[in-house]
Order: sequence, then structure tokens, then C-alpha cells
Amino acid sequence: MKLLECEAKAVLKSHGLKVPAGALISAPQEVEPALSGLGLSGGVLKAMVFTGGRGKAGGVKLFDGAAAGAAIVKDLIGTTLVTHQTGPAGEVVHKLYLEPKTAIARELYAAILLDREANNPVLILSAEGGMEIEELAETHPEKLLRLHLPIGHDMWEFQANQAIAFLGLSGATAKEFVAVINGLWKVYQAEDASMLEINPLVIDKEDHVVILDCKFIVDDNATYRRAALGNPDADKTPAEIEAAKWGLSYIPLDGSVGCLVNGAGLAMATLDLIVQAGLQPANFLDVGGSANEEAVTKAFEIILTDPKVEVILVNIFGGIMKCDIIAQGVIGATKKLAPKVPIVVRLQGTNVELGQKLLKDSGLTLISADGLVDAAEKLSKAAKGGAR
Amino acid sequence: MSILVNKDTKVVVQGLTGKAGTFHALQCKAYGTQIVGGVNAKKAGTTHENLPVFGSVHDAVKNTGADVSLVFVPPPAAADAIVEAADAGVRLIVAITEGIPVMDMVWARREVERRGALLLGPNCPGLVTPGECKIGIAPGFIHKRGRVGIVSRSGTLTYEAVYQTTQLGLGQSTAVGIGGDPVHGLSMVDIIRLFNEDPETEGIICIGEIGGPEEQAAAEYVKANVKKPVVGFIAGAAAPKGKRMGHAGAIVEGRTGTAEYKKSAFRESGIIVSETIAGIGELMAKALKA
Repeated sequence: MKLLECEAKAVLKSHGLKVPAGALISAPQEVEPALSGLGLSGGVLKAMVFTGGRGKAGGVKLFDGAAAGAAIVKDLIGTTLVTHQTGPAGEVVHKLYLEPKTAIARELYAAILLDREANNPVLILSAEGGMEIEELAETHPEKLLRLHLPIGHDMWEFQANQAIAFLGLSGATAKEFVAVINGLWKVYQAEDASMLEINPLVIDKEDHVVILDCKFIVDDNATYRRAALGNPDADKTPAEIEAAKWGLSYIPLDGSVGCLVNGAGLAMATLDLIVQAGLQPANFLDVGGSANEEAVTKAFEIILTDPKVEVILVNIFGGIMKCDIIAQGVIGATKKLAPKVPIVVRLQGTNVELGQKLLKDSGLTLISADGLVDAAEKLSKAAKGGAR
Repeated sequence: MSILVNKDTKVVVQGLTGKAGTFHALQCKAYGTQIVGGVNAKKAGTTHENLPVFGSVHDAVKNTGADVSLVFVPPPAAADAIVEAADAGVRLIVAITEGIPVMDMVWARREVERRGALLLGPNCPGLVTPGECKIGIAPGFIHKRGRVGIVSRSGTLTYEAVYQTTQLGLGQSTAVGIGGDPVHGLSMVDIIRLFNEDPETEGIICIGEIGGPEEQAAAEYVKANVKKPVVGFIAGAAAPKGKRMGHAGAIVEGRTGTAEYKKSAFRESGIIVSETIAGIGELMAKALKA
């Protein structure tokens, strides 16, 4: 689950971290009361979107006076921000967050995330915040400091010393910085973060540390106990939300081959197979290990709502899931939805003979494939408009 | 020979009385696995499907001599169940549960390691030594005892490799799914090391996917230590990059998490790379003939 900046900052605040006072704005007329509530005459308006790179895309604006602020709100709400992270579809702006302007002296970078290899979260720091930190990691790895934080404790004093020396901080600012990092580390552990990124972490002109932006991802496995922090569906499409209700994992893609697979690994390998056959997948869809006829029908419905789909590949290795159950689902869905696109079905595993017999006897024009290689060949023929 | 488990392995099932636990425990038993009992604190002293239910893993181990635990406990209590098994002194914990919070697993793995137990999973299909025992949720009937050791991060791809090697008459010494979660127990390298030392295993199939550092470590290990033929596959070359929010994930992994990078690491270490999942079995058959 991803949190919006305003949600993330509320979480930090609830753990005693100091964040700029702000107000959520969803209409131009809200700017004036928000300004007077915060005791400001101007400020910064930030688009509440999940993507990074919103500043460059025009999603962060400084303003003076309520009228100018209201004009920005009018402009931005409902627009689509396209950044290097969103892809061409972009992300629509529904709300803005109003905060005071910050007099920036320095922009640092701080993030905490899991280092799988070490089985320990790692703190990543850089003196060059606000930058393309990915690029920095590639070209100047020495400009990043990595510290494995001690679970259940504040960072070790020697680590704090390393960090402030690395960033060139001293005095009260250094102390404030260490307190902020320890606070973030506490939040990371207490709220099941899988990533907590402050970019930039600002030193303002009065030498105070300011959490200017915050990206916060909650571990999806822990959403059941962190549901109050945000909205797990906020960054998902209606099709993705519908799929999740049925225990299906669905990701829409750009191609024309719809696919229905069991198991995440096999679903990924199936995308590879489609691409190797010279085609492009329209989606990733994992029906999971225990789908029933109803869920398979639902999966078909979701695939068929995508107008780009020209051919469908069903690729099932029935382990626990029996092939005859899948076959029944495919037959039921085909009868119910009467899709106009060819469907290639590859079944293998438990009760495969029974499943294939059901498909054959159904009287439907399903293309049965014998193995993965055959499936790819038949798919590519069907896509060219022949095999049906 | 086989790795990790054989016909003498005694298995206690944590979460036996749940729906999935019951179904799969009985499937394992039908395969020939010695399922010696289950654990449920609220049902201690009763029996379930003719299996004794104990109040704790400690009691189960004391009364049955179980040396392996199979975990089906739901996510909120799963990490606790895993550590309990380690504390009770079982040798190997096979955790099937999907969806355990990552920070719970960071903790649990440390606690398991501290107690000297081995952990397979979580979010894995378990393992099968054909003809001797099946611990987990893999379909037993596709297996055939034989010459190839299989290790995979994905359940269904393990089954594909098992099926292909069975069809080609090669069979498996043991097939192991290590699980797809970011924090898990036994690694690809751990399993390859065991296969390398196992005289029955003549070739090794290693199935990875995008993300994480494991395949690179496996490649280094194979290059330095393994003389047996190894066939590798990486799933996810065509997978979308995903809508990333921050940059930090990419900083930890850089380009090393991509399918392309992993495949080239495999190749450089002498691993035979299969470009499609369909070709794994045949490449192994060819390598074993050579």
C-alpha cells in the first residue's frame, strides 16, 4: 500500500516527528481559509500523487496570495501528471497539499528499506538530495552511505557519527538530524513500512532539519494490520480492485494477448513466452492456487473488458488445482460471455485427460494446445487471424 | 540419497486443523510421508483425522520424535509458529504460509538461525523426495525418483521442471521450492550446495526470477564449486517494471535484479540458460548425455 505525502506525514507526526503544518485542498475556494488557518499569506501547493518526479512535471507550485493559490488549484485539479515513473497514462491529480514555503539551504536524501541479502533494513543517505538518486547510485556510488540499522534500537552512536560526518553536519543541526533518523527508523518498524524515503530532507536557512517530502510504502503483507494508514486501492485501476476481490492478481499491460495463468512464476514465464512468440501481453493474471469455476469466469470477464485483447492464452499447470475444474471454468465463461476472440488453452497436471475431454466435448471452438511450445505456436497462428 | 528429507523424516503439522492444513497433511500422508501429528493449543489432547493434536510443538516433538515441522498457520501468527518450531528443536521448518509481514520474518529468521534450525520458505510449495516423502503442497504424482535436483523460487515453475524431467525419464532426487518472499530461509545457494554434495544428484535445475540478489550468489557458487551440469531459467524478462514510487529499491539492487543481468551471470558461471520454461528438461537431458 502506497501512502500519499499528506498521509505519510500524518503517520510521522503521530510518532512525534516534526513535519510542516499543512492543509489538504480539493477546491480553489479552500485556499483562503487554509492560508488563514495556517497563518500564512502564501505557500507551496503540491499535487497529491503517488509518483515521483512530480515537481518536474509541474505538480509543485509556489504562490503568494490566496487568489494566486486558488488559480493554481483550479489549474491543477483534474489534470494528469506524466512523469518518468508513471508511463504515458500518467496520474490524475485529485487533491493538493498546501504547506509553508521552506527557505532551503541544503537538500539531503534519506531512505530506509529492506536489504534482502543482509536480512536487515538499511538506511541510505546522500548529501545530494532532490536529485536523480538512481543515477547517482550508478555513477557515483561513493556519494551514498549505507548503514544497517539495529532492529528494536536507535542507530548506534558510531553510525550516527558516521552519518553526520558523511553529510557534513554539526552542532544542533546534527543532533536534530540524528533524532529525525531515529524517529523515521521507529516509524519504519512500528508501521510495517517496506520503504520510507525523504527526498529531500532539507536543512533550512535557520539550520533546522525539515522533512519536506515523504514517500511511504506499507508492506502489502501487513496491510491487514495497517489499514488505517491509507487506502490500499488508491493507486489501482477498477479492474485491479475487482480482481483482488476474487483473489486474482491482475496487472493491465499494453499488448493484445490476454492471459490467464496459475502461479506468479508461471504467469511471468508465460509473458516471456508470449513475447518470444513475437506478440505482446495485454495483462498479467495469476488466478492463484485454489481458484474455483466462479473465479475463473471472473478472470475471463476482466480480461475481456480490455478492448485491446485479440487472443487469449489459458496456461494452467494443475497441481492442487485440478484441470477439469479449470476446464469447467473456461467452458462456463466462454458460454456466458461468448468472446469473439480465439482462445488457446494449455492444460497440464492433475486430471489433465478429464479436462481436455471436457474442452473437446463442449462443442466450443477452443484451441487446445499440447504443451508449452505448441501453445506458443498456436497462439501466434491465432493472433494472425488464421487458426479459429 | 536425497537432500533434507527422506522416508525416515517425521513431520508435525502446525495448522493441521485448518482447511488447507488438513487437506495437504492428508495428501502428504497419502504420498507416504510420516505425518506424526498436529499442533493446536486449543485442541490439545484430541485427534484430527486420526492424527494426535498437541498443545505445542515442544509437546509434539517430545511425544513423536518429529524432526520436521510443516507450517500452515495464517499470516498474523505464522512468524510465532516458525520460531516456536525452532525453539522446540526441529531440524527443518517448512513454511507454506503466504503473506507473512516482512518485518515479522526479519525477526523470525534471526530467531530460527540463532536456534540452529533450517527454514524453508515461507510462501513456498515445500519439497518432495520422490517415492519417499512429500512435505508441502506440490502435486505428488508428477514426480519420479531420479537424477536431477530442482530448486526454484516459484511453485508452479517447480512443477513444470518436475513434469518435464519426469516425462524425459530423468526423474528427481529432490525438488525444492524455496519461496518467493523477500525474506526467507534456505537460499538457492544452500540448496545447490546440498545437491552438489549429494551423490544421487547428477544435474541441477535452478529456476529464478527477477528481483533480489539470489541468482547472482548462486552463479558465483556454481562457478567456484559445482562440476555437475546446471540448467538455469529466469522468469520475468517481459514483466512490466511496475509503477514504482520511490527510487530506493533500485538503489539497493541497481541493474542486478533484471532478468538480463541474471541470465548473463548464469552464463558466465557456466550455467546452461534455457530461454523458455519449455526447454529446461531437454537441456538437462542433453547435458547429462554429454
